[in-house]
Amino acid sequence: MKRIIKQEVLAFNGDEAVAYAAKQSDVDVVAAYPVTPQTIIVEKFSEYVANGEVDTEFVCVESEHSAMTACVTASATGARTFTATAAPGLALMHEMLYVASGCRTPVIMAVANRALSAPLNIHCDHSDSMGQRDSGWIQIYAENSQEAYDSVIQAFRTAEHPKILLPEMVCLDGFTLSHTLENVSVLPDNVVKDFVGARQLPQVMGHERRSVPFRLDPENPVSIGPIALPDYYFEFKRQQEEAMKNSLEVIREIHEEYAKTSGRSYGDGLTESYRLEDAETAIVCLGSTAGTVKSVVDGLRTNGVNAGLLRIRTFRPLPVKEIARTLESLKAVAVMDRSMSFGGHGGPVFQEIRHLLYEASEHPHVVNYIYGLGGRDTNPPQIQKIYEDRKRGIQTGKVENPVRYVDLRE
Amino acid sequence: MFTEWKFTAKDIAEKPDLFMSGHRACAGCVPATVMRLVLKAARGPTIVTNATGCMEVVSSIYPYTSWATPWIHTAFENVAANASGIEAALKILKKKGRVKEETVDVIAFAGDGGTYDIGIQALSGAVERGHDFLYVLYDNEAYMNTGIQRSGGTPLGASTTTSPAGTVIPGKLQYKKPIADIMVAHYMPYVATASPYFWRDLITKARRGLEVNGPAFLHAFAPCPRGWRSDPSKSVEISRTAVETCIFPLWEAVNGKYQLSGPSNAIALNPGKKKPVEEYLTVQGRFKHLFTPKFKNILTEIQRITDERWQNLLKKCEMR
Repeated sequence: MKRIIKQEVLAFNGDEAVAYAAKQSDVDVVAAYPVTPQTIIVEKFSEYVANGEVDTEFVCVESEHSAMTACVTASATGARTFTATAAPGLALMHEMLYVASGCRTPVIMAVANRALSAPLNIHCDHSDSMGQRDSGWIQIYAENSQEAYDSVIQAFRTAEHPKILLPEMVCLDGFTLSHTLENVSVLPDNVVKDFVGARQLPQVMGHERRSVPFRLDPENPVSIGPIALPDYYFEFKRQQEEAMKNSLEVIREIHEEYAKTSGRSYGDGLTESYRLEDAETAIVCLGSTAGTVKSVVDGLRTNGVNAGLLRIRTFRPLPVKEIARTLESLKAVAVMDRSMSFGGHGGPVFQEIRHLLYEASEHPHVVNYIYGLGGRDTNPPQIQKIYEDRKRGIQTGKVENPVRYVDLRE
Repeated sequence: MFTEWKFTAKDIAEKPDLFMSGHRACAGCVPATVMRLVLKAARGPTIVTNATGCMEVVSSIYPYTSWATPWIHTAFENVAANASGIEAALKILKKKGRVKEETVDVIAFAGDGGTYDIGIQALSGAVERGHDFLYVLYDNEAYMNTGIQRSGGTPLGASTTTSPAGTVIPGKLQYKKPIADIMVAHYMPYVATASPYFWRDLITKARRGLEVNGPAFLHAFAPCPRGWRSDPSKSVEISRTAVETCIFPLWEAVNGKYQLSGPSNAIALNPGKKKPVEEYLTVQGRFKHLFTPKFKNILTEIQRITDERWQNLLKKCEMR
């Protein structure tokens, strides 16, 4: 087993931690556009460029649409690419997100989660990235800035893996993480560089059935992003799904390999269980809220309440079997959603969790708690109330109103 | 500032095509001719990118491709951003030794919809940033791929499916946007207009666009028989009449300095050679309604605006 590397501890906010990870990952091209609360990432990275600390071509584009476009074509040319955005920028990229995954370009993007307009709001919720959950991108949700740093480094390895070739977003809660100072342990530059390695280019079939590297190479021409009609389009999409499914194992492996070097791990890289072994009730959530939930769980445990937490780190692809196995034997599950699916049956995380438990042998009660939209503060008493609410549910044995709102004027 | 390079018919015939035959463009499609001619100007290793549109669709139907050179398409409104990403990647990968070629030309093709309208933001941004690439606008004056809808490049009076000539409205009511002048206003190193009838002029301009350091914009006139309701065998002739009537004058602006090109320069020197616009309009079904008494005023207005723009151009070229 490898020895854990000695690491420096730096005071970073989440955005700075992300920029630092990108800096260490030997990125070739960054194309980005400023948007709150992501802006610090591109500002920091611009400083690295200005001071000659990175060997990167920084393209200061005129919109997020062009940011994602330039990342896709730079990646197709063989470059390791990175960008960052938040709500309105991510929404503007929507069209290009599907192009990035469809062209199989492993672009890495940090998303500082923010609410979508209208009304205009710059604070945290997950409406932006949840709205893109079907775009063919791997989605990782970080609990803290340390994890955001670690996840960006791992993301390059996963996305560029020849079996995967999918773009990946690392989501960090706007302001709660992006603008809050934290101690972040950073690996030495050479260790990160060795870990991510060189950009890999798988061989594909080129003209006259020759095996050629998958990039825009004048010596070995390939056509990328063609038109595919009803006779072939479907197969392209099925292949993307196959890559998504394959990535579960790859994410886990790379997370484990990274843990051996850094000494840090987040569950198995897909989900993280906290005090669930003997739990009756579990909260399921994503992102920084998990930190608050953990402290509430500790408090409840000292009072003899069997509470636990399941944090989903990898939301796309969704580790369906793992989640079902973890939750099926519980009595009650409270799914916390920081976004809404208007007119649907609860928030997007709730829909997934309730749905995947359908095939389980036993069904716990699953209730949805929509919370924290537009940056509304989520505090321990609110979380405690959710556990109490579920306890009552177990006692009455009924779920009368499966979609509820936390700390809302109604 | 440009290397002397004489393009003879023999040179061109001997040069292998990067845009191959077998594509699915219509008979008489000039955009396809424009792409083929432009690629004859390629200096060596070349990466091509297309905006969504007719030329992307006819050349890349999976699992076939007409491209014997690396090619990428991503979307409609962003071909200049495609070029930006490619150029940025080439620059850094060359520096890092992962791209071996000394020079790789980057050429972006888009139609009028992808340039005048939805693509102008990405184009303006890429030019402001100074990426080294050639942008070729093949202007067939409407959204032909979606079925002949009007664009910012559609001229006054043209009947399209979203500006149909009716009993009250005489086709498009607005004027064609002066896109090439807008590009000159970016202080970019090279802007030119070209018509495929004057094929040597077009290829030479494409080559100059590739040779300048920084962005170059080539506005190529590109008749579409389907959309223009014209005889497919007359496409190249129409490209000629457009120049002879000064509807589409040929010029180039090197570092912002305008200069007329051969055929248009000849008209400037001998104004009697300038043909009336009717000669150009009459062979196209999209202007048919203008030859009825009701809409005759539009015909007059087309002649007036053509003359006005021609005079403005002469001023820019210091020809008057």
